[in-house]
This record gives sequence, structure tokens and C-alpha cells, in this order.
Amino acid sequence: MEWVNAVLQGTLLGGLYALFAAGLSLIFGVMRLVNIAHGDLIVLAAYLALSITAGFGLHPLLALLLVVPAMGLLGYALQRGLINFTMGGDILPPLLVTFGLSVIIQNGLLMGYTADPQKLQAGALETASLTLLGLTAGVLPLLTFALAVAVIGALQWMFYRTAMGRAFRATSDRQDVALLMGLNRAHVFGLAMALSLAVTAIAGVLLGIRTGFDPAGGGARLIFGFEAVIIGGLGNLWGTLAGGVILGIAQAIGGQIHPGLQILAGHLVFLAVLAVRPRGLFPKMEG
Amino acid sequence: MDVTRASRLTRLAGIAGLLLVVLLALAPWWAGRADLRLLGEVFLYMALATLWNLLAGYAGLVSVGQQAYVGLGGYLLFALTILAGLPVPLALPLVLAAGAVVAVPVALLIFRLRGAYFAIGSWVIAEVFRLVAAQVAALGGGSGASLPPAVVRTLAEGRDLREAMAYWLAFGLATAVLAAAVAILRSRHGLALTAIRDNELAAKSLGIDIWRTKLLVYVAVGALTALAGALIFLQKLRISPDAAFAVNDWTAFVIFIVVIGGIGTLEGPILGTLVFFALRETMADLGTIYLIALGAVAIAVMLKAPQGLWGLIRARTGAELFPLSRKVTGIPSGS
Repeated sequence: MEWVNAVLQGTLLGGLYALFAAGLSLIFGVMRLVNIAHGDLIVLAAYLALSITAGFGLHPLLALLLVVPAMGLLGYALQRGLINFTMGGDILPPLLVTFGLSVIIQNGLLMGYTADPQKLQAGALETASLTLLGLTAGVLPLLTFALAVAVIGALQWMFYRTAMGRAFRATSDRQDVALLMGLNRAHVFGLAMALSLAVTAIAGVLLGIRTGFDPAGGGARLIFGFEAVIIGGLGNLWGTLAGGVILGIAQAIGGQIHPGLQILAGHLVFLAVLAVRPRGLFPKMEG
Repeated sequence: MDVTRASRLTRLAGIAGLLLVVLLALAPWWAGRADLRLLGEVFLYMALATLWNLLAGYAGLVSVGQQAYVGLGGYLLFALTILAGLPVPLALPLVLAAGAVVAVPVALLIFRLRGAYFAIGSWVIAEVFRLVAAQVAALGGGSGASLPPAVVRTLAEGRDLREAMAYWLAFGLATAVLAAAVAILRSRHGLALTAIRDNELAAKSLGIDIWRTKLLVYVAVGALTALAGALIFLQKLRISPDAAFAVNDWTAFVIFIVVIGGIGTLEGPILGTLVFFALRETMADLGTIYLIALGAVAIAVMLKAPQGLWGLIRARTGAELFPLSRKVTGIPSGS
């Protein structure tokens, strides 16, 4: 029974990883960009929520109403003001610039908030749980998973049913033709990054309620998100959710075997997928 | 008419370089203990930067996971000396060999990823190494271990001689790495590498085995980075998983050094290392502001002068200190 429980907890944890990954998957799909600062931006969103909850006495989930648009605006500004200037054929400039951003965000947070671990206080939500058929699940992990499904469903709908999604797909397929059709590439990229960081905001707040955070924690979040994207297959949003779930289950089972194996088991499953199916389990596009 | 790689400047730089090597080799006699340690650190960073530059600047393998090899080298040194009881001088060549042996299967795995995904894949490998190191109870697990005095004494008796030995090892590694880079770049493999750097598709169409060339570079760089790691932690005398596999210390700063100095040139990483240490020694009191400034400078250089400081100097003067590119001389005028 404890193994079934581990799989259940891992699946729900996978929802959080899918939220880490969805923003990465989105910007890679639209502009082939890998944002090294993605994990640090998740942590930044958590700190933003911390300041808002402390300043206005809001519940962290209500703070989302402010954090999501704030991160979206930051994403648009960052893309138009900085990252767009690095978007060419060469992979080094975007990589280096986002690496620089990562170091700046980490040390900026260190200066503003010290290295002490922080946590978002969500009251009863943190401990509430549901029991069904002898299995117990926390309300917060369930809510996280539901939000992950909702976010990915919404992104999927946006991608295939809206004008903005059409612009994203057109730019993804052929940038030059999209330009000829009158799309403003810089603006489309800005919107994609805004959307990516809006999702990041949700991920950051849920992370902050669930486990707490500190300025140095961005790297691990980037890696979990990246692993979920690769396991699920490039360019496939539902695949990213599946990748997150697989990663979460691997970690939960590894942790069940030995606490020191939790994170390692996730990495090993990722490397195994890479060895057997380098394009991921459900790929939709070429790397 | 004559085709040559040497020029007046490269000959002059060669002579000046030789003099500098002799002068720096004598440093234990003219530098104080603190200065000697700083110089040793400079040379280790110079070696790391030159190695990363070979990987990213020439072979197009932009890795952000070289801390995997720094940490591996450090941990192997501690394991071979503390657990296997080997003296340090015997352990160092074994670290070099082990670095190469580990790099082969790692390359087979992460070469499946392309571009930026290769970069993060290499970081995952480093995380795996870190988590494994934290499980080694005999080396202190997550909290790490110190090098016992008995082990340190196998390097040399007496503190002064030991400090001098540690310095010579660091200096020797940096000069050896640089000399090896010059030798490789002047060989057939270097021609292949330069072709890959400039245009991978064109290089492939000329019959260059890109995968094999990249594998060779990756393995050689991995082995030498492991040796650099062993020397770094020989100097520090203490190791822990978080320090040994730190992405900021062993990869982010190294990348900033190479980019600020000039990627894809041999002079760039040397210049970048000097700039990095000049900034660090003058701004270290400012703590985190210094790191923020470093990140901002690297971003600014990448956007405004992607060829780096050395690229700016070379564009303006045509200067080249290492005899690498070929020039035609002695063309009769008026014909």
C-alpha cells in the first residue's frame, strides 16, 4: 500500500514539475529558446508573492492575482528589452545572457531577502487532506495537479484555437514566412515570454506554499522542468505533463527506497529515457 | 612567396612569453605566501577557461556542466589518497586517466542532445555526480571531508615547499593546457576544429568526422578539467559536494571569463582571467554586488561586443599572439 501511496504522491508532485516545465516548453516551442534563468524566475515569483502576502496580508493564492500579471509584464519587458537582441542562429548568446540573468537574480534576491529559507503561509490549506479507499492525499498537491492540468489545457486551447496561438505556431514553423505575413516577430516573442513567466508565477507560488524556497534554489527547478520537457518530448504540452508525472513518480519511488535516492532516481530515469528515446516519449517536433 | 603562421608579433610574443614563463616559474622565490596562493588560483581558472573555450569556442559544445569534472577530480583525489592510501603525486595522473574514462560514456549519452539542450543535459550529469558524491559516507557524505596532514605531506615535506609545489602544479597545468591547445590547433585536428567552429555544415561536407572530433575534444577536456579540479581541492584541503559541484564557481564564472575575454581565441581566456581577478580583488568587499556586476558585464559584452575584449583588440590592430592563422608573405609587388 505504501508503494501505491508513493505513486499517488509522485503523480501529484508531477503536477508541480509540469508547471515548472510548461513555461520552458512554450518558449522552446515558439522561439527555440532555452532560458537558463527559468528556475530563478520561479523563485523570484515566490519572493514576489512573499512580499505581497506580507505587505497586504493576502492569502498566497489571492496574491496570484498580482503575481501573475507582474511576472507576465516582466517577461514581456525582458524579452523585448534584452533577450530579443540575442535571437539569431547561434545558441551561445541567449544561453549566456540568460545565465547572466540567473546570476543577477540569485544575488539580487540574496541582497534583498538574505539566504534564509522562506515559506508562503497558506493556513489550513497546507495541512488539509482527503482520504479515499485508504489513500490519503493533501488538498494542496491535488489543487496543484488540477491547476497543472488546467494551465496546460488552457495553453493547448490557446495554441490551436486563438489568433495568438496561430501567430505562435506560424513563428515556430517558419519565422521568415511569418514575418512576410505581417507578424511582428519581436512582439510575438515578447508575448510568448510573458505567457511563460505568467505560468512561472503560478509554479512559484505553489512551490512557495509546498516546500519553501531560498535564493539558490533556481537551478534545481530549471533542471526538473527541463527533464519533464525532454521526457515528455519536445513541443508536446500534454507530453510535458506526462514527463512531469513520470519524474515525480520516479522521485517518490526512489525516496521510498532510500531518502538519499529521491532526486537521484529522477535524474536516472531522465538519463534512461535519453539513452533509449533521445527525442522523448511523445515528441511532436525536431530539436 | 611564402605561407607562414609566424609574424614579427608572434615571434616577439614568443620571446616575451618564454621570459614570463621563467619569471612565473620562479615565483615561489619572489612572491609572498598569499600572493603565491592567488597566482595559483589565477592559473587554475586560466586552465579551466582555456579548456571550456576549446569545448564551446571551437568544438561548438556549449556545456554548463563542467563542474561535473571539477568535482569528480577533487573527489577522486580525496578518495585515492584518503581511502586507497596513495601519495598525491601518484594520485594526480590517475585522476587524469579516470576523467577520460568517465567522459566517454557521458559523451555517448549527452551527445544525443543538441544545442542548448546539450548544455542543460550536461548540468544534469553534474547533479548526478553531486548526489552520488553526497552518498559516499567514507568521504563525509553531504558535509564533506578534509585532507589529513599525513596525505598533504606526501606532496612535499615542509610548508614552504608544499605551497611551492601546489603553485608549480597549477602553473604547470595552465601552461601545459595552453601549449596543448596551441599544438592541437596547429595540427590536422585543429584545422578540423576551426572548420567546425566556423561552419559545421561546410566542415561536414568536406569530409570531417564531426562526431569523432567532438568526442575527442570532449574527452580530453573532461580529463584535464578533472585534473584541474584535483589541484583546486588540493589547494583548498577541504571538499564538500556543494563546493565541488558548484555551477556558479566552476562554470558560470568560467563562461563569463571566456566571453568577456573573447571566445574562440586562445588569447581571450587569458585576458578574461586577468580581468576577472582584477575585478574580484578590487570589488570583493562589495560581496554580492560584485557578482551582479560580473553578470551584467558578461551580458553587455555578449550584446555589444560578442567577440570579447580580445576580439576588439584584434579587429583594431590585427594582433595575434599565438602563431595560428596563416599569412602569405613575400608577394612580389607590382606583379
